Amino acid sequence: MYERGARRWLTLALFLGPSLIGLALFLVGPIVASLALAFTSWDLLTPPRWVGARNFVRLADDPEFWTALRHTLQFLAGYLPLVMTTGLLVAVALNGRIVGRAFFRAVYFLPVVASWVAVALVWKWLLNPAFGLVNFLLAQVGVAGPAWLFDPTWAMFSVVLTSVWKDTGFVMVVLLAGLQGIPREYYEASAIDGAGPAQQLRFVTVPLLMPALFFALSISLINSFQVFDQVYVMTGGGPAGATTVLVERIVRQAFSFSRMGYAAAMSWVLFVLIFVVTIAFSRAQKRFA
Amino acid sequence: MVRVRRFARGASGRSGPRWVSGLALVGVVLGALVMLVPFAWMLATSLKPGQALLALPPQLIPQEPTLEPYRRVVSAFPMVRVFGNSLLVAVATTAGQLVLASMSGYAFARFRFPGRDVLFAVYLATLMVPFAVTITPLFIIVRQLDWIDSYWGLVVPPMFSAFGTFLMRQFFQSVPRELEEAATLDGASALGTFVRVILPISGPAFATLGVFAFMASWNAFLWPLLVVRDRDFMTLPLALATLQGLYPGQTEWNLVMAGTVISVVPMIVVFLFAQRWVIEGVTTSGLKG
Repeated sequence: MYERGARRWLTLALFLGPSLIGLALFLVGPIVASLALAFTSWDLLTPPRWVGARNFVRLADDPEFWTALRHTLQFLAGYLPLVMTTGLLVAVALNGRIVGRAFFRAVYFLPVVASWVAVALVWKWLLNPAFGLVNFLLAQVGVAGPAWLFDPTWAMFSVVLTSVWKDTGFVMVVLLAGLQGIPREYYEASAIDGAGPAQQLRFVTVPLLMPALFFALSISLINSFQVFDQVYVMTGGGPAGATTVLVERIVRQAFSFSRMGYAAAMSWVLFVLIFVVTIAFSRAQKRFA
Repeated sequence: MVRVRRFARGASGRSGPRWVSGLALVGVVLGALVMLVPFAWMLATSLKPGQALLALPPQLIPQEPTLEPYRRVVSAFPMVRVFGNSLLVAVATTAGQLVLASMSGYAFARFRFPGRDVLFAVYLATLMVPFAVTITPLFIIVRQLDWIDSYWGLVVPPMFSAFGTFLMRQFFQSVPRELEEAATLDGASALGTFVRVILPISGPAFATLGVFAFMASWNAFLWPLLVVRDRDFMTLPLALATLQGLYPGQTEWNLVMAGTVISVVPMIVVFLFAQRWVIEGVTTSGLKG
């Protein structure tokens, strides 16, 4: 289609050029540079020094890195099952005929459109041990609430809870889209065969919802490996380093300690982790969905 | 890819026995309260004088509501300017993304040129790379360009997103070629056809990408955190995080919540008016706020 010869190339350059240059400069270039940087030592002041694989060797011996990785996995292990469960429950409930359905869907989605910083601040204040609403409400039912973000054993759980609150609406809309794609006849047919609501959920809804479930789960998985905003605002990695996570460590190494090479190396470990998990995941999807 | 067809109305699901739907309704209402109370708490706190923050029991409805926190947050921090920054940065980023993504998406959808598929694969591959991988080199590039503490640093790098190109290409591929062929036969150039034939029918794709890009920019935290130190160039999330840490250990929560309200309300308004596009953008990209 369209002009031939030189004119054609000019037109193509006009359409694709700006995007291509920007992508090369601000995305592909930095990705390649980051890989190179991972093999150097650079404090931004003196020229970068090639150090081979030393950054990666040091990472393997760095207890801070392993702790951050463990915390990230703890976050993931708490967040994923919780957010998928709440999202699924809300989606199934709001897919049926229910009064004020549109209103409720909007309400559940509201936290998704708020910025992470705003949500993190609101929850930090809600979870304030002395003057927050959460501990006050707990006290009403006779429970002495913990110090939440100030208590190393509760801090990560607080971050998980906040994240589940914020992202339930996201999982809900993805699953609602999936649910709406299930033909009504399947429910009618299974009802005629004597299936109750529980059996319909088990034998109709869940199997046909698998693609949407996998989509929501894999997106949440990829995002939770990169958890940052809420941790940075709510705890800053504390108390006593109880909530340090990978991206937060990368940012600190690079921008607080000026260890650019080391931070880059850590970011590639994160990338490989996400990559491997995603591949494993799509394999699993092919088998189950 | 999961697509949301109709969010507000939606296809209806099944309805089980009466007790099941009754139970579901109770659950949905309780859940909705959990979703709404933090917003109410944010609003209530923003309307309280300082001493009421420490009142026990906490007041979910302020006893003596006052706009004092809003007045003080505006004087303690260049909030008006910060709000303007957020607006400017979000509008500019969105406009840039729309132009770049539509033109490059069109090139990938309609032009034939050697290496096209490889190039598009590179675009897609960048979507898999976590942001943490690029931040170190990207920061160095932006510093070399002298874009630290400037609008350029905030606007330009985020304009180049392969996601936008991908979304637009998908859309243009669904447009029947006959539309353009008629215009080409009449002697229109590629650019003329694009502007006069394609753009007028691209409203839905532009709305989806536009609302999504605006939201992502408005809520962005990590990138502004790295490239802005000067308060005069801060966007709302960064300003809020800074405000919180202004007096360590004695955060003035009514001020912080006033700032949070200022940052959240515009997003809620956007969501209420553009619900369909917000949902579409969030679910297709899988990126959350």
